[in-house]
Amino acid sequence: MAEIILEVKNLKKYFKSPKGNVHAVDNVNFSIERGKTLGIVGESGCGKSSTGRTILRLIEPTSGQIIFEGKDITKVSDREMTKLRRDMQIIFQDPFSSLDPRMTVSELIAEPLNYHKVLEGSGRELAQKKEEYILNLMDTVGLARRLYNSYPHELDGGRRQRIGIARALALNPKLIVCDEPVSALDVSIQAQILNLLKDLQKERGLTYIFITHNLSVVNHFADEIAVMYLGSVVEKAPVDELFSNPLHPYTKALLSAIPVPEIRERKEEVLIQGEVVSPINLPDECRFRKRCSCKCEQCSAGIPKLQEVKPGHFVACCNL
Amino acid sequence: MGLINKFTRTNVEESLKKKRQENAAAVEVENLVVQYVTSTETVEAVNGISLKLEKKHTLGLVGETGAGKTTAMLALMNMVPYPPGVVKSGTVKVNGLDMRNLTPAELQTVRGSEIAMIFQDPMTSLNPVLSVGEQIAESIILHRHLTEKEAMVEAGKMLEMVGIDPNRVGEYPHQFSGGMRQRVGIAIALACNPTVLIADEPTSALDVTIQAQILRMMKDLKEKNDTALIMITHDLGVVAELCDEVAVMYAGRIVEYGKLEEVFNHTKHPYTEGLFNSLPNINSRQQKLQPIPGLMPDPSNLPEGCAFADRCAYATDACRKGNVPVHSFSETHYAQCTAYENPEFKIRRGN
Amino acid sequence: MAKVEKTNEQISVKQNRVVEVWKQFKRNKGAMVGLIILIILILIAIFADVIWDYEADIIATSSKDRLIEPCLEHPFGTDNFGRDMLARIGYGTRYSLIIGFSSVLIGLLIGVPIGAASGYIGGKFDTILMRFVDTFTIIPSLLMTIILVSIMGTSMINLIIALSISAIPVFTRITRASVMVTRNNDYIESARAIGAPTTTILLKHVLPNCFSPILVQATLRVGTAIISAAGLSYIGLGVPLPTPEWGALLSASKSFLTRAQHMCLFPGLAIMVTVMTINLVGDGLRDALDPKLKR
Repeated sequence: MAEIILEVKNLKKYFKSPKGNVHAVDNVNFSIERGKTLGIVGESGCGKSSTGRTILRLIEPTSGQIIFEGKDITKVSDREMTKLRRDMQIIFQDPFSSLDPRMTVSELIAEPLNYHKVLEGSGRELAQKKEEYILNLMDTVGLARRLYNSYPHELDGGRRQRIGIARALALNPKLIVCDEPVSALDVSIQAQILNLLKDLQKERGLTYIFITHNLSVVNHFADEIAVMYLGSVVEKAPVDELFSNPLHPYTKALLSAIPVPEIRERKEEVLIQGEVVSPINLPDECRFRKRCSCKCEQCSAGIPKLQEVKPGHFVACCNL
Repeated sequence: MGLINKFTRTNVEESLKKKRQENAAAVEVENLVVQYVTSTETVEAVNGISLKLEKKHTLGLVGETGAGKTTAMLALMNMVPYPPGVVKSGTVKVNGLDMRNLTPAELQTVRGSEIAMIFQDPMTSLNPVLSVGEQIAESIILHRHLTEKEAMVEAGKMLEMVGIDPNRVGEYPHQFSGGMRQRVGIAIALACNPTVLIADEPTSALDVTIQAQILRMMKDLKEKNDTALIMITHDLGVVAELCDEVAVMYAGRIVEYGKLEEVFNHTKHPYTEGLFNSLPNINSRQQKLQPIPGLMPDPSNLPEGCAFADRCAYATDACRKGNVPVHSFSETHYAQCTAYENPEFKIRRGN
Repeated sequence: MAKVEKTNEQISVKQNRVVEVWKQFKRNKGAMVGLIILIILILIAIFADVIWDYEADIIATSSKDRLIEPCLEHPFGTDNFGRDMLARIGYGTRYSLIIGFSSVLIGLLIGVPIGAASGYIGGKFDTILMRFVDTFTIIPSLLMTIILVSIMGTSMINLIIALSISAIPVFTRITRASVMVTRNNDYIESARAIGAPTTTILLKHVLPNCFSPILVQATLRVGTAIISAAGLSYIGLGVPLPTPEWGALLSASKSFLTRAQHMCLFPGLAIMVTVMTINLVGDGLRDALDPKLKR
């Protein structure tokens, strides 16, 4: 068994709002092996982005542990956290708002180097090293060198996302949280970026947490998938297992709702009714109860625990 | 006041009757060219597209950002923003009415009652200070000439039709979720029972489970009301669920057109092939995606010949010269591609 | 396929930021006209002592030259003490520009940091600070300036202080509002994710992107400050006589409105041209600093 790089235990993040506590992340547990990809899937408002940001402590967790390379990072000081940021990076969803419009491509990629000592040297020598470093990174992510002094607004979404990736790579991180990195892009560009991320993983042994709402993307990309609903993980399994044998009613509904670009017999659809309820002051019951066809007593008796039904396949549902 | 309204209304209806061509298709576009002209550049958004949509049919208009899908549909409603948008040439007919040849009053009558639009973003397409009932009733009052009270009752019925409790007519958009708002948007578009409905990426801002609900509903409503639908989308999956015909747009042209089955199972244009290959397919988990390399050319600076040549795996020198010929493969299926000048030519997909 | 564009193309030559901004600025004709006039005004203000002799040209009275209409010798005419209006207005540029610029500068130096901190930190800190600033905004700024000047006495320094104090809440408010919008952008979070310290984020990412509303407000404020100063001088609370501040000149003209219109026309025009000039330059600067408008 490979080494575990990140382990998340009982992670909770509640936001205060005038109406009560918003359960953005509610008791999430998972771990990732080095060099693997964990896909976190769910619909808007399910807490997948909050989970990603809490892991990087861009949002402070309410409670729980985040153990990165054996160290609980919820307890470290801000200064130590800054050092840890070298190893943990994020790629954002929106390539249009995640780059400072007043900086050029090279400045954007160089910025991480200003806060961390990646390159040695001083004065002219350092400047030269830096330029070389940036140009190499630009080659790595497939940005033409002539764009060195361009501004992000002059570029299209795909190229902007490449800048975001170069920025994340600049510090040679071990773990990258990819927060919907391709959902703002056109399909042909999407595939370019996905392939790039995959190549980088192979070359650099990166570990990814891949957050997305798009199951077909995550199917292509991840080794293991966690399905989130209203702040909780409802099902977690290796990719092939999850797609061939989904057990939670929500996972089933998600899988059957994906429009497939093929002409096919209309398969039996598990359309779920209704929409996600508001995550404020949730009652102590199965999160999916209101949209689920199962209405047994156990559903309202408390939040079902994640149970291992097969090696590696965990489900939180009373109806197994 | 009422009398004058009635007078102008009958006038408009009379003249519309005169201008209408009988037994026409729901939508007929011929050689449409739309450009955005500013002092510094000319953006060639739509470069001569032709299409014909029979009544009750559904057309999927597929393409990437900047392919000219939305501009083409705005031209269909004669709503291209001027300036800088200019419809350079071509005819656009909706139910036999030449949209470019109508007076503003006639256009207002036609829009909403014969052709209506559903917008992409349900968060911004509704007016936050009017109740949803009022927004649905607005077009009912305008086109079906009911009183406000009657219109509100109708609005309730429309809400019920799209699966919302009719008692919620008095509620405001912020009280509805994204999926519900899109249902309201659909109710507004369908309020006057238009014969042609344009849906501009109606589900791309929604979650998949909600998307599935909305698509299912649109399909049912379309069948019930005999509406012809043009679905603008970048999602080939949505097309497969809903459409009878497919038009693939690239750089302002329709590069492939045909029945769903023809385009999906007998793909002819290399760009369409590229689109299929770049999709991560949920049923066949290949190791590596095959994206289309490069980017769509800048529409203000289109290359000579085929605009796709620079990204095309099959491109030859002939592709970069002159006009790109259109090749028909059946009565309904054509592709605009130079490679088919060579009768031996075949693309990899489906062969 | 991922490395589509791996080439060894030449990097385009990096331009100095200042040169770049200047190139952009030059394209804007209105701003260039404004800049030229502004430079002329500043030169006049600096070299006022060289051009005119304060004792002989500005304050010396001559009863035989009273109220001469504009003519070749006195292009702007003379005032009721026989002093050349052109010389007095020219010399007055000094006072008006100093009052306008320094009151805005002080207002910016105090208002922007308060607003930025308040908007970025948020929470209780923000609430308390903003209520405090609000107490200043509820008093009409002209009224407050009047009160302050009446307490501290009339002098140019006191006038500048009073005008700055009334400008502070304006800058605090506007900075806070735009900081609150800007800090929600993903690029702020992106900067935090690469380990940028808070002060760096604030100075490098947040404030520069709030620049345009602040700059617009500042240029407008220079105009208002000059006009308020003129107004205060008009009611006798500004710069004491016989200093040829423009407002004071206007104030002096009030008894002669029917007989010598030129006495109020030219100081009024001077104020108007200066305010417009500053606004033109401000707009040009805002556009030139925005890389999105670069061509």
